[in-house]
Amino acid sequence: MIAAMRWFVRAFLLVVFLVGVVWFNHVRTNRPRRIDIATREGILLVGNGTEPATLDPQLATGQPEHHIFHAIFEGLVAPAPDNPDADGPGAAASWTHENFTTWTFKLQPNGKWSDGTPVTAGDFVYAYERMLTAKFGADYANMLFPMLNAEAFYTGKITDFSQVGVKALDALTLQITLAGPAPYLPSMLKHYSWFPVPRHAIEKFGNMTDRNTRWTRPGNLVGNGPFMLKSWRINQSVETIRNPYYWDAASVKLNGVTFIPISSDTTEERAFLDGQLHVTQTLPLAKIPGYRETRPDFYRDEPLLSTYFYRINTTRKPFDNPKVRRALALAIDRESICRNILRAGQKPATGLTPPGCGIGYQPPDVMHFDPNEARKLLAEAGFPDGKSMPTFDILINTNEAHRTIAEAVQSMWKENLHIPVRVLNQDWGVYLESQRKLDYDVCRAGWVGDYLDPSTFLALWKTGDGNNNTGWSSPRYDALLSESFLEGDPVKRFAILHEAETLMLEEVPIIPIYWYVRSFLVQPNVKGLLPSLLEHRCYKAVELVP
Amino acid sequence: MIRFLVSRFVQGVVVIFTVITITFLILKASPGGPFRSERTLSPEALAAKMEYYGFDKPWPVQLWRHIVHYATFQFPESQLFSGRTVDEIIVSGFPVSASIAVPALLLALIIGVPLGAQAALRPNTLEDRTSQLAATIGICTPSMVLGPVLAILFGLKLRWFNVSGWFDTSDWVLPAMTLGIIYSAYIARLTRGSLRETLAQEFIRTARAKGADNTTIIFKHALKLACLPVLNFLGPAAAGLLTGSFIVETVYQLPGLGQFFIASAINNDQELLIAISAFYAVLIVSFNLAVDILQAWLNPRIRLHA
Repeated sequence: MIAAMRWFVRAFLLVVFLVGVVWFNHVRTNRPRRIDIATREGILLVGNGTEPATLDPQLATGQPEHHIFHAIFEGLVAPAPDNPDADGPGAAASWTHENFTTWTFKLQPNGKWSDGTPVTAGDFVYAYERMLTAKFGADYANMLFPMLNAEAFYTGKITDFSQVGVKALDALTLQITLAGPAPYLPSMLKHYSWFPVPRHAIEKFGNMTDRNTRWTRPGNLVGNGPFMLKSWRINQSVETIRNPYYWDAASVKLNGVTFIPISSDTTEERAFLDGQLHVTQTLPLAKIPGYRETRPDFYRDEPLLSTYFYRINTTRKPFDNPKVRRALALAIDRESICRNILRAGQKPATGLTPPGCGIGYQPPDVMHFDPNEARKLLAEAGFPDGKSMPTFDILINTNEAHRTIAEAVQSMWKENLHIPVRVLNQDWGVYLESQRKLDYDVCRAGWVGDYLDPSTFLALWKTGDGNNNTGWSSPRYDALLSESFLEGDPVKRFAILHEAETLMLEEVPIIPIYWYVRSFLVQPNVKGLLPSLLEHRCYKAVELVP
Repeated sequence: MIRFLVSRFVQGVVVIFTVITITFLILKASPGGPFRSERTLSPEALAAKMEYYGFDKPWPVQLWRHIVHYATFQFPESQLFSGRTVDEIIVSGFPVSASIAVPALLLALIIGVPLGAQAALRPNTLEDRTSQLAATIGICTPSMVLGPVLAILFGLKLRWFNVSGWFDTSDWVLPAMTLGIIYSAYIARLTRGSLRETLAQEFIRTARAKGADNTTIIFKHALKLACLPVLNFLGPAAAGLLTGSFIVETVYQLPGLGQFFIASAINNDQELLIAISAFYAVLIVSFNLAVDILQAWLNPRIRLHA
């Protein structure tokens, strides 16, 4: 009898357990996905890489911040709804220029900050003074240097800011005078370093040049973008909601955008599949071919204004000889790297500036795979068949993708030139330091353009530029660049820049490898999220279709 | 007891400030400055930042400033997360790490101790071998493998839990399971080893000779003593879990301390790195103290000496 009771109790418990599991399974599997709730509420959930370091547009330097700023701030010029790389009206309703040098911007008559205060020309003057005050320590201050006297003020040669080329002609008219003609100024103005900042909000929490005050916190931060900051939970999310004071609020379709920092690409991919994100920032490299073939409804890729290249230390032997450098460049089969290793639609870089870098600019097409010519040049340089060529290193920062590419290049050089090469990896900080101190032979690098003009890539190679890091210098190149800064005719200007780029590429202080493509996933119900070379987003044009 | 506590407290303070000093010195000796980026900073911007964070001063002055900051609880600002003080970051990350760590530890104990004890009581049987095999697999499985496996199984396939994020009340379950399973393997092996050793000791034989029944022997005498190595392990393990497991936090995208710790190391955020190291030291010192007291309570042969 007792044994029977015991069995009965056991069977009962088992049934309770099974019913519990079934019930649990039912409840959990039927809970709505985050994106379904968000779609209903009109909130776009975006994967955003790493946690933003700051929400002060004048102190930020990274991509995650860049994405958020496109929601909560707006420059004079904004990404156009039908093509984010085109120049649409932003804080300025219209603009005119004289010879691309003196630009006059008419601000939106109903332009307001997210607290209802009007956006005035004075806010821009204030922002540019803040940015150019050296004590403030803005990383991107040099983006403003095309402005007349901006560099002189920054370096302390002049102390009166009124001599800098920015003036508020009246509350709604801003005049920017440049040091030379710059047809690309509107594109440059879409970079957050040119965005206005709210004096009234900043000075509630400190002085103009105080870094890192509490003005960027939710509740304090005031922006002028289509959305405004609602919350910022560190390493968790940055929530923005519709800004009712935005000048074009009527055309904003979403009720908000939430940026979710996810540093691991595999975690981000799982979050997307789990229905937690509408858009990812990236996609694990190994998964790209699979998604491209099997999930075209999710998969997107878009070319970026970004080049992957190798720097060569031209101060070291034998790399001081342009023939050696050229031989190295000609012995790399870029097609094969893109097709067999990268496999995400990257384009072999036949020059430095990526396609689309300046409307009408045709980058020189000089970097090709030509092993015979490479061997000939190497022989002319005194290393026939690679003999007596010293062993050297390709320096990379520790990263699997960089290593794979470096190993491919290593084997191409070994096979085509018979020269011994090693791959040396260093941690990020050490690698940057080695690069800066010219303590390397060949080293991997990348550059992202800030605006649509070849100068965003070509200015680096001027003698003494802080980002040159190759030891290469050419008076002719410097002269061509200076000439381009004074040339007001866009066609002639591009011709000068083309000549400069060709000259630089023929001397080969760098070896371009490929032009970047960003692969990511998007839910099919997201409409209006258009490709942009600069990753510019016109969030007001984005729509969620239920 | 009071003398013991006071002495250990003083020792603890010394340890914490030593950790701050050593971390600081290692950071100073490591190559690369704190403000490095792919784009070279202008000398003016670099100078402004150096001045703002006090890096323009000689290093002994910087070290002294750190010590004063920590001694007076005036915590410095992180460089990576500009505008946030290090204590603000720890206060935001610690509850997340703790709400993973506590259930993970409990789970580890709930699985590990019975599994190990079962194995110890039936040595060299199928049960023992199976539980040992399970424990070995558990120890050998890195969290970067187990985490995604659990996320795919319980998240993507069964849809019971979210695969990542810290939004729902159930978001602690999978990370805690991942850590709990791995730690339970260690605990099972420790319990098995130490229980077997204890059961072979003379006082157990004496107890048996006196006619005590098996349950009393195991639970009252043997297991209590066999728990000591487990306790020893739990002190540092708890401190490690509470300061966040970087891998699990990355796999599940949790805003815990582990992610901040690694981000600060990678980005050379000296203030945050020193702060989290110091916080880790505080936890280690406190848990070791707690373990010592617990041990004395469990094992009368151990005395607490100042």
